[in-house]
Amino acid sequence: MSVLLKGGRVIDPAAGVDEIADVLVEGDAVAGAGRGLDGAETIDCAGLVVAPGFVDLHTHLREPGREDAETVASGTRAAARGGFTAVCAMANTDPVADSAAVVEQVAALGRAAGFADVYPVGAITIGLRGEKLAEMGEMATSGARVNFFSDDGRCVQDAGLMRRAMEYARTFDGIVANHAEDRGLASGGHMHEGEASAELGIRGIPAEAEEIVVARDIALARLTGARLHVLHVSAARTVELIRRAKAEGVRVTAEVTPHHLVLTDERVRGYDPVFKVAPPLRTQADADALRAGLADGTIDCVATDHAPHPREDKEQEFDRAPCGMLNLETALGVVLTHSGLDLPRAVEVLSSAPARIRGLAGHGGPIEAGAPANLVVFDPEANWTVEPGAMASLSRNTPFAGEKLRGRVVHTMLRGRFTVRDGKDADGQG
Amino acid sequence: MIASLLSIRDLDRAGIERILAEAAVFQKDGPRITRKYPTLRGKTVVNLFYEASTRTRTSFELAAKRLSADVVNFTAGGSAVEKGESLKDTARTIEAMGVDLIVCRHASSGAPHRLHEWVSAGVINAGDGMHEHPTQALLDLYTMRQHFESFDGLRVAIVGDVLHSRVARSEIWGLQTMGAEVTLVGPPTLMPPQAEGWGVEVTPDVDAVLPKADVVYLLRMQLERMDAGYVPTLREYARLWGLDAARAAMLKEDAIIMHPGPMNRGVEIAADPAELPRSVITSQVANGVAVRMALLYLMLGGRDARAEVPVE
Repeated sequence: MSVLLKGGRVIDPAAGVDEIADVLVEGDAVAGAGRGLDGAETIDCAGLVVAPGFVDLHTHLREPGREDAETVASGTRAAARGGFTAVCAMANTDPVADSAAVVEQVAALGRAAGFADVYPVGAITIGLRGEKLAEMGEMATSGARVNFFSDDGRCVQDAGLMRRAMEYARTFDGIVANHAEDRGLASGGHMHEGEASAELGIRGIPAEAEEIVVARDIALARLTGARLHVLHVSAARTVELIRRAKAEGVRVTAEVTPHHLVLTDERVRGYDPVFKVAPPLRTQADADALRAGLADGTIDCVATDHAPHPREDKEQEFDRAPCGMLNLETALGVVLTHSGLDLPRAVEVLSSAPARIRGLAGHGGPIEAGAPANLVVFDPEANWTVEPGAMASLSRNTPFAGEKLRGRVVHTMLRGRFTVRDGKDADGQG
Repeated sequence: MIASLLSIRDLDRAGIERILAEAAVFQKDGPRITRKYPTLRGKTVVNLFYEASTRTRTSFELAAKRLSADVVNFTAGGSAVEKGESLKDTARTIEAMGVDLIVCRHASSGAPHRLHEWVSAGVINAGDGMHEHPTQALLDLYTMRQHFESFDGLRVAIVGDVLHSRVARSEIWGLQTMGAEVTLVGPPTLMPPQAEGWGVEVTPDVDAVLPKADVVYLLRMQLERMDAGYVPTLREYARLWGLDAARAAMLKEDAIIMHPGPMNRGVEIAADPAELPRSVITSQVANGVAVRMALLYLMLGGRDARAEVPVE
C-alpha cells in the first residue's frame, strides 16, 4: 500500500529542503520525495507543510504511578495530535525510571499504544534523591537503549555528584540533562520572584536559582568533556550563559518550552495554579530573550515539558497545587502564533534539532527514500481555539485554554501508518 | 458598594472614606458599640477560618451579630484540610446552604480569590497568607483618622517583617490610596525585593525615620524568621529595630504607635511603649468592630440602617 502526500511545502531541515514537492510513502518507509510521483492513494497537501514528525525531548507521561493524570497511551495520543512521532518520557514516575526494568516497561507501553515512539529518560540518581548514581549503564544497554538522563523535577544539587554523573555518562556518550534550580534560593517558592510575586504575597524563586546551576553545570561539562542538555531554559541570563558556553566549545544543548516563550508571571495574578510551573513563568524581558535565543540557535529546540495533573490537584490554593502544564497538543500552534520563527526554523526546533540532540535515527528527517515514514502534515494558517475538553490528554491543565492559535496538525504518520488523519485520531476514537 | 473585598485595592479613596464615615456613625456614642441594629436580619455570614485567629474572627462575629445577621463559624485546622475536603468542595458545600457572605482567613495567599471564583456569595478576605488583610488596613486607617485630620502627606513608618506580612501590603496600598507617604523600615532580608517599585521609601535605618514619622506601625516579628535565618536572633532584631523607650522618645509629640497584634513584647515593642498614651493599640481593637460593621452594612445593603434595637 502506498500513499502520496501531494503538492505540499516539504520542509526538511536535515536535508536542507524547503520546496513544493510530493512525498511517496510505501509500507513503513519513505519511497521518494520530488515531483511527478504516483501512489495508490493521493492526499492533497496543497497549502500544507509536510515535515518530519515532531520530537519532544521532555514529556511527562505519568505512567507508571499516576495513571489518573496521564497514561502512556493517552499521552502519546495527545502527542500524535500535536504532530509528534517521538516523545522522551521523563523519569519522575512512581516507581522512578532509575532501572532497566522501568525504562523497558515504559518503552513497551509505548510500543503497545502505537501513537508515537516512546524513548524513556533514565534517572541520574536512584529515586531522584540526588544521592547515588542510578545504573545508567544498565539502562543504556537495556532494550530501551537510554542515552539521556535526568532527575527532572528535581535538581542535582551536589556538584560533586553531578560531575561523577557527567563523567560516567561519557562511557556511552550519554547526555545529562539537569533541572537547574538551586535549592537554597528556590526553597518555598511557587512563582518567579519579581514585582508580581511581591504584590501577590507568594514566595518567589529568583532567576538566579536557575542561572547559578546552569553556570555550574556548564563548568562541569567543560571539566568532564561530557554532553550537557539544559532543560526548560526560563531566564534571559541563562540564554547568555549558554551562548558563551557554545562559543567556547562546551558540549551543551538547550531547550525551551512553548509556555516560557510566550507567558509571563503576570498571568499568576488571578492565583490560578494552571499558571504554576517549574521553572516558573518569568518576565517579558525573559520571554523576549528566550525567543531571540531560539531564533539565533543558542537554544536548540522546543520541548514541551508536557506535565498533566488531574483537575482536583490543580484546583487548589496556589501554594498547594503541583507545577506543570499541558503542551503536546498546542506546541505547534503556540510556536507558529507567538515565537516569531519562520516556518523552516519552527520545523527545525520541533523535529530535526531535538532528534539530533538525542540521536534518534528515523526521526527528524531527512525525508528520503528508505527512511522510516515519520511525518507530520500541518496547516500553517489554520486558526483554531484551544478547548481543554476536546484534548486527548486525561488532564485539562492547559494554560492556553480559550486562546486562538494559528497552525494546526492535519495528519501525523508513524512509520507509514496514520496516527492522526484529517485532524482526527486514526483509530477513530477521538 | 463592592460585593466582595479581596484586596484593599478593590476600594478607591471615596469607597474607603465612606466606610470610615459609616464606622464613625456606629461609634457615635463611644468606641464600644452597645446597640444592636436589625439591618442584616435574615442574612447569613460564614466565618471560614482555615487559620487560628481569635482576634479577627471574634471581631467579624461581633460586627455581624450587632447587625442581627446569622453567623456561622467554620474553623478548620491545617491538618483537617490536609485530610479532608478541598477548599473548592468546602466552598460549594457552604454555598449550597444559602449564605450571603463568606469571611475567609487562609494560610495560602490568594485562597479568597479562588473561593470568590467558585461561589456566588460575597467574599471578604480576612487575611490570606503573605498577601493581604484589607479589613485590618481599614480599621487602621479609621484609627489614624481619629488622630489626624488628613491623610495627605501623613508620614507612616511600617517597621519590621514586611516580606511575610499581609497586614503590611494592605496597609501600604490603603495608605497610598488615601494620599499618605509610607516608609518601610527593617532588615533587608525582610523587605520584599521589589518594594521600591511600590512608590515607598525603604530603609534599614529606623533611628533616621522615627523622628519624622506621624505614625509608627510595628509589625509582628515571628520566631520562625529567626529559625529560617532572616535575622540572626530576635534579641539582635529587638536591639536594631525594636521600639524601646529610647526610640519612643525620638518620636514627635503627636506621633502615634500602632500594632496589629498580637504583640511580641520585648521584640518589636518593648514593654513600656505599648502603655504610652501615644500607643493606640487598644483602640485599634475596638475600632475593628465598628469598621467591620460599616463594611458588612455597606456590602450586604440592609434597609432600616439607622433603626436601632437595644442589645438583647
